[in-house]
Amino acid sequence: MSTETVSPSRPLPEPRSGGGGTTRAGRPTRASGWRPPVAGGRRGVWSVLQPVAAIGSVVALIGAPLWLVLVTSAKPQGEALTPSFALPSDWQLFENYRTVFTDGDIPAAFFGSLLIMVPAVIGVLVLGSMASWVLARRSSRMNAMLYALAISGIVLPPAIVTVVLLLRQLGIAGTAVGMIAVYMGMYMSTVIFFVTGFVRTVPLELEEAARVDGARPVTVFVRIILPLLMPVLSTATILICLYVWNDVFYAFFVVGGRMDTLPLNLFQVASTGLYLNNWHLIFAYVVLMSLPLLLVFTFAQRKIISGVTSGAVK
Amino acid sequence: MDVQARTGPDAPKPPITDAAAPAGRRRADAPRRRGRGNGPVADASALRRTHPTSFLVPAFAVLGIFFFTPTIYNFVYAFTDWSSFKAEVNGVGLTNFENLLSSGTLLTSLRVTLVYAVLVAVFQNLFGLILALLLERDTKINRFSRVMFFIPVVMSALAVGYIFQALLKPAGALNQLLGVFTAGPVEIAWLGSTTWTIVVVALIHAWKWMGLSMLIYLAGLKTISEDVLEAARLDGAGQWQTFRKIRFPLLAPAVTFNVATALLGSMNGFAVVQATTGGGPARSTELLNIFIYRTFGQGLFAQATTMSLVLFLAVALLAFPVVRALRKREEIL
Repeated sequence: MSTETVSPSRPLPEPRSGGGGTTRAGRPTRASGWRPPVAGGRRGVWSVLQPVAAIGSVVALIGAPLWLVLVTSAKPQGEALTPSFALPSDWQLFENYRTVFTDGDIPAAFFGSLLIMVPAVIGVLVLGSMASWVLARRSSRMNAMLYALAISGIVLPPAIVTVVLLLRQLGIAGTAVGMIAVYMGMYMSTVIFFVTGFVRTVPLELEEAARVDGARPVTVFVRIILPLLMPVLSTATILICLYVWNDVFYAFFVVGGRMDTLPLNLFQVASTGLYLNNWHLIFAYVVLMSLPLLLVFTFAQRKIISGVTSGAVK
Repeated sequence: MDVQARTGPDAPKPPITDAAAPAGRRRADAPRRRGRGNGPVADASALRRTHPTSFLVPAFAVLGIFFFTPTIYNFVYAFTDWSSFKAEVNGVGLTNFENLLSSGTLLTSLRVTLVYAVLVAVFQNLFGLILALLLERDTKINRFSRVMFFIPVVMSALAVGYIFQALLKPAGALNQLLGVFTAGPVEIAWLGSTTWTIVVVALIHAWKWMGLSMLIYLAGLKTISEDVLEAARLDGAGQWQTFRKIRFPLLAPAVTFNVATALLGSMNGFAVVQATTGGGPARSTELLNIFIYRTFGQGLFAQATTMSLVLFLAVALLAFPVVRALRKREEIL
């Protein structure tokens, strides 16, 4: 979808800059049309420098921290006390990973995270798009007010302390159901904002054709609207999955101590680990907990990157 | 699939309007306007039948119960003595606010949160924009670099915090590395300054999210038409002039989105700071959310609620002017 919108704006199959006579690299004046040598020279330097700068910044800003995590996670305890970039003298990769796998209860945490994320994301997307469809199509003043109310949650912070009180009153404090409901309430606004904007670009005729054939609203929504929403729903899925999977703050309040999730268990491992400077265990946990999302990201990076950007810039 | 087959006959219509109005932008909303104007479902009662209220109910029920009710509770329980130490809850008026004000905690935490949010917004956008300009061209190296810079966005903020704690400890990896260059031991307490550590943690927060800002700026840069840039070039504008006078102003929607999300997102910050400093040293990085988490853990529910209300009001008061100002800036430019 967005690759389509992106490619037309870059029509020039740009020859490596510094090359052709009047590429965007040069600064031809209106009168002459030839490229001033100074500008061309500077541009030429840049075309050599740019890849160096790109790789250099990746190595320094991303490579170094990740390297620190990887080597430290393979070190024996004594060497990990003061974290450094040095390679471990004695590789203890599997021992460390096995230790945190059991101590940090990775399987329980993984399935706990999954058990919360999947229903929350599906629920918020389904309910959110149903509401968005109606909000986008009606045009009364009441409807406008409802829409404003619905999207106000994008900026307003959730009242997390009293959420706990409410969940106690409802009898779902500390349960996955409670956590799912809280996440749904928090991200409903985001979904409604994204999807309503998208529905408004879907021609009404598409629905009318189906209605003439006698389709009921549910049928129209499920058969016509929902399939068309897939691009925006995938964007919303990515964003909400990222937030829910990595959230630790709200999880502390709602299910802390009652359920295992990956970030909650990381906090637990780290709280005891920091006390003893057990960086090898902390980073072994970081690697293991990051793997699922990093794997998904590696395989779907093109889709994720285009999905994330398509919603932001209109 | 058969849905698409059925809607097929409609598809050829848009290109006709498109041909009439050469501005490509029109395409998206032209069919809608046609539908609104003389479509058979233009009147409100028919719309209510074809787009029933029952579709609104579940979403608003979830929002109402799990988002707005706790928010309303905030306005109630901030004025009580709700705590884990006793069973009943009594109203105490403004006592919680008075206590938090007189101990200086309220204003300190609020100031720390605002400073943090502004610093994060500045750094994240600065880094994001620099990266977008650096990696703008579609080369193999640049595509790879963009993916790498997106990795922190995917990672847990808590994990990011621990990584930087290990890097920035007095005996940590960064000081060791600096020691190699200065040929002597370096022992800068990056996370131990009551003045500068807030800047360091804001930099870490910005590091985590700069990949997202970069992508949004890249998408914004791609929407700028090549013709405009060509015209500027023909008029003799240099790289810097083109950027300052043309490309940056045309990036306004991306700036709005990035600044607003960074500012409001970091008002809600917690994990990065909790994992690096835990609010210290001497509570100089204690964001509102860290205070809320800490006092809640101590059983002081009413105090936590009061701070939660302060955060709510701060964000609400900040959000609307910020979004409006940025939108207005878009219109002027």
